[in-house]
Amino acid sequence: MSFLTDSVISRSYSIKYKNLPGLLLVPVWIIIYRHLQEMADFIVIRVLQMTPEKHLTETMRFFFYEVPKVMMLLVLIIFAVGIIRTYFSPEKTRKALEGKPLFVGNVLASVLGILTPFCSCSAIPLFLGFVEAGIPLGVTFSFLIAAPMINEVALVLLIGMFGWKVAVIYVLTGLTIAILAGFILEKLNLKRYVADWVYKTHARQNMAQDERMTFNQRISAGGDAVREIVGKIWIFILIGIAAGAGAHGFVPDEYLAGALGNQHWYSVPLAILVGIPLYSNAAGIIPIVSVLIEKGVTLGTALAFMMSVVGLSLPEIIILKKVLKWQLIGVFAGVVAVGIVIVGLIFNYIVFI
Amino acid sequence: MVIKVLGSGCARCRSLEKLTRQAVNELDLDATVMKVEDMQKIMEYAVMRTPALVIDEKVVLSGQLPKVAELKTLISSFS
Repeated sequence: MSFLTDSVISRSYSIKYKNLPGLLLVPVWIIIYRHLQEMADFIVIRVLQMTPEKHLTETMRFFFYEVPKVMMLLVLIIFAVGIIRTYFSPEKTRKALEGKPLFVGNVLASVLGILTPFCSCSAIPLFLGFVEAGIPLGVTFSFLIAAPMINEVALVLLIGMFGWKVAVIYVLTGLTIAILAGFILEKLNLKRYVADWVYKTHARQNMAQDERMTFNQRISAGGDAVREIVGKIWIFILIGIAAGAGAHGFVPDEYLAGALGNQHWYSVPLAILVGIPLYSNAAGIIPIVSVLIEKGVTLGTALAFMMSVVGLSLPEIIILKKVLKWQLIGVFAGVVAVGIVIVGLIFNYIVFI
Repeated sequence: MVIKVLGSGCARCRSLEKLTRQAVNELDLDATVMKVEDMQKIMEYAVMRTPALVIDEKVVLSGQLPKVAELKTLISSFS
């Protein structure tokens, strides 16, 4: 942005020197991360003088291990994603999607949904911007499904609590749902259920071009992302892990398995129905999901519950009501819900981790 | 000078309005700051990210929440 040049230049000088110690932090990060269990044991057994093998001791060990682990992963991944996202913008995404054939458009929109910086309060302007550029409704839906469902916080928490394998599976299944749901919605030809005024809106001016950023600016954008996101969600994670730690020590294993175990075909749809009215971002829900799994709920059911809470939420549906008629919202929610059911069942019956 | 803050009721939109008013006050400018919440009006500016800032009908920011100092530089470059 040209009129900011002076302040940007002076800032980038200070950032250049600030980044040096920052890079040295990476090996320190790795060393600390590898010794978190020892540190947690040291705090609980030596400093707090608690007796090993007691319920409360196990709870404390779990808490002092999980909190720094998840926080460290969060900072690292949000920082990296924050930098990557400076290379993307809704405007560039719209340009990339313009004129793409249907299926290719859905795939691209879903992948870009993960990478494009997007907050749900921008859902309407983004939807309108896409429609105006002539991007098919189904492709736009692929974007709107992928963007909230697969985000960096979800990724971090899944890696932290279940490992890489589950995180990758979550991303792949989330992408599949976004691609196929968007594709089906387009095939259903639902254009008439978009609010009438949407197609009458026309932009009077073109948006200013994206400014070029220096690498230092991108790094500081990563830092901003960490401050903003971690600042907003740390308390939810703390509460979530505390609840998880409590359950870890005190609730008997297999306690929930009776109701939501894989022996019942209805456990997946039930989990989704319970998940729709609940609204939470990934940060709040994953520690709870981790407790569910530890206590005997199968992975497919737990993932379905999580996708339902994050991807199909009432507040988001209410926002979309401004641009979509209820028939379209109903079909949208229905198609996504069916996708989640299928994923849940596949995990419960075929994949065992 | 007319400064418009485009955005619905989201938290970042409200902060941008507050910061803009603060910047205008600190610069002691004769400018009108108004909030535009109507989606159709917002779309006329081809903005895909809210909050956005429009100075004298030109979009100067979109999807960002700058610091007051940056806002002051930006606004004074138009006066």
